[in-house]
Amino acid sequence: MRPEFGIIQNWIEPGSRVLDLGCGDGSLLHYLKSTKQIHEIGLEIDPDNMEKSIFNGINVIQQDLDRGLENFQSHSFDTVLLAQTLQALSNPAELVDDMLRIGKNGIITFPNFGNWKSRLYLFTRGRMPVSKFMPHQWYDTPNIHFCTVKDFDALCREKNITVLTRTVVDSQHQGSWAMKAWPNFLGEIAIYHLTKRSGSQV
Amino acid sequence: MSASIPTDSVGLVTPQSYHFDEPLELRSGKVLDVYDLTVETYGTLNGEKSNAILVCHALSGDHHAAGYHSATDKKPGWWDACIGPGKAIDTDLFFVVSLNNLGGCAGSTGPASINPETETFYGPDFPVVTVRDWVKSQLRLMDRLGIEKWAAVIGGSLGGMQVLRWAISYPQRLGHAISIAAAPKLSAQNIAFNEVARHSIISDPSFHAGHYLQNNTYPKQGLMLARMVGHITYLSDSAMRAKFGKTVTDFEATGTNFGRDLRTGKLSFGLNVDFQVESYLHYQGERFSENFDANTYLLMTKALDYFDPSVDYEGNLAKAFANSSCKFLLISFSTDWRFPPERSREIVNALLKAGKEVSYLEIEADQGHDAFLLPVPRYIRALTTYLKRVHQELAAHAS
Repeated sequence: MRPEFGIIQNWIEPGSRVLDLGCGDGSLLHYLKSTKQIHEIGLEIDPDNMEKSIFNGINVIQQDLDRGLENFQSHSFDTVLLAQTLQALSNPAELVDDMLRIGKNGIITFPNFGNWKSRLYLFTRGRMPVSKFMPHQWYDTPNIHFCTVKDFDALCREKNITVLTRTVVDSQHQGSWAMKAWPNFLGEIAIYHLTKRSGSQV
Repeated sequence: MSASIPTDSVGLVTPQSYHFDEPLELRSGKVLDVYDLTVETYGTLNGEKSNAILVCHALSGDHHAAGYHSATDKKPGWWDACIGPGKAIDTDLFFVVSLNNLGGCAGSTGPASINPETETFYGPDFPVVTVRDWVKSQLRLMDRLGIEKWAAVIGGSLGGMQVLRWAISYPQRLGHAISIAAAPKLSAQNIAFNEVARHSIISDPSFHAGHYLQNNTYPKQGLMLARMVGHITYLSDSAMRAKFGKTVTDFEATGTNFGRDLRTGKLSFGLNVDFQVESYLHYQGERFSENFDANTYLLMTKALDYFDPSVDYEGNLAKAFANSSCKFLLISFSTDWRFPPERSREIVNALLKAGKEVSYLEIEADQGHDAFLLPVPRYIRALTTYLKRVHQELAAHAS
C-alpha cells in the first residue's frame, strides 16, 4: 500500500461510487474497496496493468484518457480519482474539467515540479531533473505536462474549482509543519481534493 | 482413452438429450409444444450447485464445445482452446454446460427434426427462433439441471448476444455475463452479408422451398456460397495475407504478396482455382455444406438480424440493462470488422450509463472475428484471471 492511499481514503464516503482514471494495477481501488466498500470502475490502457486489476477483482475498462471521457454521464460518480497521471496527459486541463463534471468531487495527486530538489537540480546542473522518483530523460518521458503546486493552484482559480483540501508529502509520503508552510518548495507529491459545486456537501 | 487425446482436454464426451413437453411460447407468437435439447457437460457440479457455467454457441456452433466424441476424432469441440482442465474455463473448478440451440442441426429440435404433428421433417415450417427464445429454453434446461444461478454465462459473437439477453431477461439467475466479440445489434452491413448468404441458399434449385429433405437432396451450392461469404467476414485482411502468403518468407515481401499464394505455382488463364485463398474457401464451403442444415443456417442468420434487446426500451440499451445485477466482462478484438471494438464499446457505454459493474478489454489480434475461438495469449490470460476471481468469489461466498 502506498502511504498516500491513507490520505485519499479519508475523503471517500463508504459505499460510494469511485472512478479511477489510470487505475494501474488496481491497488488503490482494491484498497478503497476493502476499507470503504466502494463501487469502482478503473480506466487503464496498459495490458499488464489491466490483467493485474482483474486479478485484484477490480472492474477495469480499457480506455485512453487522451481520447476524453464523453462516454461518462455527468454526476454519475461520487469521486473521480487521478493519481500520478495528470502530468502524462496530453490535455490535463480538459480532463480536470471532465473529472469534476462526472464526479461530485475529484482527487488529484501529482509530482510537484516546484520541489526544492527539482529546482536545485536544474539550477546547479542546468539539465532537466532526473531522480529515482522521476527516472525518465526529457525525450522518453511519459510525463509531458509537469507543473508545480503554484501552477495547479492557478489553474483551479482560473477554472473556479474549489480546493477542499490541499496537502503535500515527500517521496516517503511524510508530511511536516515545514511542508505545510512551504508546500511548493518542500512538497514532492501534491494531493488535492477538489469540487466544482459551490457549497456542495462532499 | 487414446494416447492421442491431450492431457489438458476434457477427454471423451457423450452428448445427452433432454426432452421438454411444456409448450414454449416463442417471440413470434408461435408455440413449440415439445422439443429436445442436446447437451454436453464438462467438469463436476459442486454440492451447492454454484459452480455452473453456461457456454452459448455462435452461428455454426453446437453443444460439442470441448473434448472428443471418439478417440479417432481429428478435431476437438469448437471451444477446446478455452474449455478443459487448467484452461481458461477450468473444468477442474467449474461445471460447464453447453447445448445445441433450438433450430439447430446437431441434435436439438430443429428444421431437420420430425414434426410430431405432420410426421415429416419440419423443414421451412420450423418456427423462427430468436435469441430471447433460446435463452428461455436454456432457462428450462437450467431448472432441469437443478441450477439456481449460473456462476457465469459466456459466449462469443451470436453466443455473446445470448449472454446479454440472459443479463436482461433473467438478472437473478447469473453472477457474471461474459460477452466476447459481440454487438448490441447488427448493422446494415452485417444484415446485408446475411441476406447474401440466405439468398444463395434459397435460390439454389435444390432448395425446394425448404423441403429438400423430402426430395432426398440439399442445396449444396447455396450452402457453400453462404459459408464462403461468411468465412470472409470472419477473417481480417491481415489474417488472410498471413494465411495465404506462406511462400513468401521474407517479411518485407509479405507486404507486397498480399496473401496471393498460387495453388500450382502459375496462373491458369482460365476460370480454374488459381489462388490458395480460392481453394481454401471452396474447401471450407464444401465441408460446411456436408455437415450443416440449410434451414438451420437461414434461422440462425435471422436470429442474428432480429437481435436488438433495446427494442422493448424505446431503443435505449442502457434501460434494457436497468435490472441486471450481474457483473459484466466484454472483450473485443482489434481486427474484427464483423463486430469491431466500437460495437463492444456501445455495450460498455450503455452499461456504464445504467451504472453497472463492467470490465472491458480490447485485444490486439490479427485474426479478425475468428480470434474469439483462438488461443490469443492476452485474451486467454485475461479470461483465465477473470474466471479465477469468479471461482474465488464462489469459495468466499460458501465459507
